[in-house]
Amino acid sequence: MATHIDAAGVHYTPLNQQVRTAVAAGETEIVLDHVLGQRFIADGLVGEVTITVNGVPGGDLGMFMRGPTVVVHGNAEHAPGNTMEAGTIVIHGSAGDAVAHSMRGGKVFVRDDIGYRGGIHMKAYHEKRPYLVVGGDARSFLGEHMAGGTILLLRLNATGSFAERGLASGIHGGEVFIRGEVDDRCLAVGAVRMPFEEEDRARIRPLVEEYCRYFGADVGAILAGEYTRIGPESTRPFAGKYTWE
Amino acid sequence: MCGIISVVDRSGAVMDGARIRDALSMMDERGSGEGAGYAAYGVYPEFADCYAIHVFFDNIVETKAQVDALLQTWGTIVHDEEIPTYEQPHLKKVHTPWRYFFRPDPTLMTGTPSPEDDIVTYLVMKVNTTMRGALIYSSGKNIGVFKAAGWPEDVADFYRIQDYKGYIWLAHNRYPTNTRGWWGGAHPFNLLDWSVVHNGEITSYGTNRRYIESYGYKCTMFTDTEVVAYLVDLLARKHGLDEKLAVRALAPPFWDEIDRMPPKERELNRAIRLTYGSAMMNGPFAIVVAHRDGIAGFTDRIKLRPLVVAEEGDRMYISSEEAAIRRIAPELDRVWMPRAGEPVVGRVRR
Amino acid sequence: MTIGSVPLRYKVTIDPERCMECGRCIENCPYGTFRKEGDRIIVAVSRNCTACHRCIAMCPRDAISVVERPVDYRSHPLWTPEAREAIYNQARTGKIILAGMGNALPLPSIFDRLLLDACQVTNPSIDPLREPMELRTYLGKKPSKLAFRRTETGDVELETKIAPNLMIETPIMIGHMSYGAISLNAQLALARAVHETGTFMGTGEGGMHPDLHPYQDRLIVQVASGRFGVDIDYLNRGAAIEIKIGQGAKPGIGGHLPGEKVGPDVSRTRMIPEGSDAISPAPHHDIYSIEDLAQLVRSLKEATGWRKPVFVKIAAVHNVAAIAAGIARSGADAVVVDGFRGGTGAAPKVFRDHVGIPIEAAISAVDQKLRDQGVRNEVSVIASGGLRNAADVTKAIALGADAVYIGTAALVAMGCRVCGTCYRGLCPWGIATQRPDLVARLDPVLEGEHVANLIHAWTMEISELMGAAGINAIESLRGNRDRLRGYMLDEGLLQVLDVRTVGA
Repeated sequence: MATHIDAAGVHYTPLNQQVRTAVAAGETEIVLDHVLGQRFIADGLVGEVTITVNGVPGGDLGMFMRGPTVVVHGNAEHAPGNTMEAGTIVIHGSAGDAVAHSMRGGKVFVRDDIGYRGGIHMKAYHEKRPYLVVGGDARSFLGEHMAGGTILLLRLNATGSFAERGLASGIHGGEVFIRGEVDDRCLAVGAVRMPFEEEDRARIRPLVEEYCRYFGADVGAILAGEYTRIGPESTRPFAGKYTWE
Repeated sequence: MCGIISVVDRSGAVMDGARIRDALSMMDERGSGEGAGYAAYGVYPEFADCYAIHVFFDNIVETKAQVDALLQTWGTIVHDEEIPTYEQPHLKKVHTPWRYFFRPDPTLMTGTPSPEDDIVTYLVMKVNTTMRGALIYSSGKNIGVFKAAGWPEDVADFYRIQDYKGYIWLAHNRYPTNTRGWWGGAHPFNLLDWSVVHNGEITSYGTNRRYIESYGYKCTMFTDTEVVAYLVDLLARKHGLDEKLAVRALAPPFWDEIDRMPPKERELNRAIRLTYGSAMMNGPFAIVVAHRDGIAGFTDRIKLRPLVVAEEGDRMYISSEEAAIRRIAPELDRVWMPRAGEPVVGRVRR
Repeated sequence: MTIGSVPLRYKVTIDPERCMECGRCIENCPYGTFRKEGDRIIVAVSRNCTACHRCIAMCPRDAISVVERPVDYRSHPLWTPEAREAIYNQARTGKIILAGMGNALPLPSIFDRLLLDACQVTNPSIDPLREPMELRTYLGKKPSKLAFRRTETGDVELETKIAPNLMIETPIMIGHMSYGAISLNAQLALARAVHETGTFMGTGEGGMHPDLHPYQDRLIVQVASGRFGVDIDYLNRGAAIEIKIGQGAKPGIGGHLPGEKVGPDVSRTRMIPEGSDAISPAPHHDIYSIEDLAQLVRSLKEATGWRKPVFVKIAAVHNVAAIAAGIARSGADAVVVDGFRGGTGAAPKVFRDHVGIPIEAAISAVDQKLRDQGVRNEVSVIASGGLRNAADVTKAIALGADAVYIGTAALVAMGCRVCGTCYRGLCPWGIATQRPDLVARLDPVLEGEHVANLIHAWTMEISELMGAAGINAIESLRGNRDRLRGYMLDEGLLQVLDVRTVGA
């Protein structure tokens, strides 16, 4: 039996305190009802717990989080998964700008769209590897400054090729998969097309399967399409910029 | 960081201020309790054809007589009164807000197609630059701006914002950076029909200010948002750009995008950038501009500030956060985030 | 009484331990400073040295040193060695002293006392390598407002016709240095550089050599008071036409290319006889008043079918703002303002050092006057005269310039050491000379790359400075004096510059 917390009119600090208290008491299922605009939900939260958010949370959902699963039934604000370390965020809706900013590990799944600068400066280190999976579309500067991890953009309802500027601008690690075509002019400094082989398809399969498990789509149909794979030209995109005095 | 919420009822039906107060209060986190304000369109139906001139007086014994005299020189004061306020424990009343319902005499200003607007603009600039202790912060017909230094709910209660009814509301919660939180620095900023709320900081302010001042406007409120109201007045009222073109001038497409456009569109966009380069705004911003015919919201060209739009029947909402909208309209027909630099327009059907 | 010799200006020494007697210094010095004596190389006449550093650059063993003013005068704050030597010179000759390069007085630089801004917290700085950064600039007349019409389908169409503008992808252009004053190879190198970097250069007043024709789309042809090389083909070849009224290094006077520099090629290009002096009158003798300028502007436009922008270049003099406002009404498309630090091959020292005003104050005054009179869109403002780096350019634009011309900086990129001896015509770097063996030292391909590198590097630095200030389009930097602060500038100058002091 899950712990239900009514978030109506509750400031995020007492709300997070209730969550932390419940987690400390060994609760593994928490449901937050009537969430409206509370920022920092599960901020810095450590543990094995599933938090269901009913409503529209505020920004920085799951920031610094290590371990929990947060499921949002509604749209998320800016930067869910900000500097997150481990765990999973599942958003049944859309999210704002800078989704998964500086994310270091764990997974973020967004059913619909994300805003600008999705996955900006995601990074990987040893076994830590972040994943951002988006079912809808993304705006400009997707994967900007990316240093590691994986972005998978499925564009399930989109028509035409991906045409947002600044794709993977300054990328120096990690990779971006986009279902369908990508206009050449979108590729920004340091970003290059890489071949999409059958082994790549096999690598993204578990992500697609997980997406479909959450949101109920057809794995086979999604995986069957063509994908564009974008990666870094080098690990040092700006190395040629300076000269010594 | 500031918070914005605005709503237009496209059927022209009026809404009282209680709900907008609640919505704005959702974003207290975005402010610092040093400035909040509301603008409402349609609030003075009994004086609909008069310019409603709101003035902050430092005191009403000295400066008011000067303002009275100046207004009477240029037209008729149909009615004037202190704006009713209600003491709040956390809001210090440092000014006396006053309102004049004013009818300018069009024969006194020559050489302009819009003498009444130009007289009122002149009076605003004149009072704000030369009369210490008086600041005109609202000057449109059937429009009222209600603002002060304080938290959104305190400012709303100070004016009893629920007593006003409008078909457009603009509200703003301020986290000041450029100036202290003073009453004149709170948003919305208004000139004639135009009201502006803004989140962000305009890095091109120096360029914009010098541009607009060469057209006779005077920036007196020590904050970057003021210039937006004047730019919109220049572009839309004086130069006749519609809202889409005006926003195009303020937040134009990038040159590489213009270069890819079909010839006629390219020519048009290039001309706008060439002509209005100094009006272009830079830096992070989300802005909502209101006019008697509707509202328009837009962000900077690389989307450094958030803006959410939602529809619920005839009502269109533009806000910094979806939660603020949901607070007063839980069931929405549609919610989206407009593209960078792309105007979203909610127009009143007439 | 005889005046005798003044002390050595430069003392040259060769370290015998390091010298390998290769003789490169002898070959490279056109002034005859070195000589072979037996199996050794000696400094024969140190007095001939101009500190051009050619020998130093070419010496494979770093064996050569040059020391400036090795002999002290009795120190005196007013009667500097330069003041005394000028008098000895004129007492001996009874003539006007000619000098090269820009103003050599130790006046403080205003640019160095203007500091740029950067973002912290309240707005994000922008990384120009990752996000768009627009330096594109259009030079020419812009309307002050636009007229539109709505088509039957509801589309908006532009009614206003936009006058021809030059489009540049960097605000840096290369100013006018004529063939004759500099070598053809130097001009070719500059032409290759502007071609490579998407900007423009000036031909100077000496016409356009046929070898420059392939680059003519990137050339601004100059029409000066001497009208050298000016014919209808020349006018039609240029991307724009510039009327040169004056020059920052020598406001109010004409020019004089000595006959010994007018060889066959210069003669053909300038369309004057070989060996004859090329004399530019002080004024244009068809412009004695502002309305005459308007006539020349219109005549040039008429001749070229109203297809080319016409610039007017003036020296920054005391009343520069009002003059620029007059030019803005002449039909001209841009006004070039050349500050008192502007370079030159040769100018009377008394002019170079004492006439005109700093470009920083001139830009400010001009930009403000044009705005006050509502004619800022009528002309672009191009600033020049002593711009040394990307910071100077950025500050010039923040003060109100649309773009800049560089001159000396481009020459330095090709090797020029600013020795200031251009008027001798023996430039060892092949720049300010017409002597074929010296000209041949300058490889237009290599030096073109160097100049292009410089423009690229500065452009990148300007982008970085703009990004740090949270600005991603140069329109928002232009005239944005809020992003400047004055450091140790007096109240009056701060007012002219319309800049607040640091800390304010």
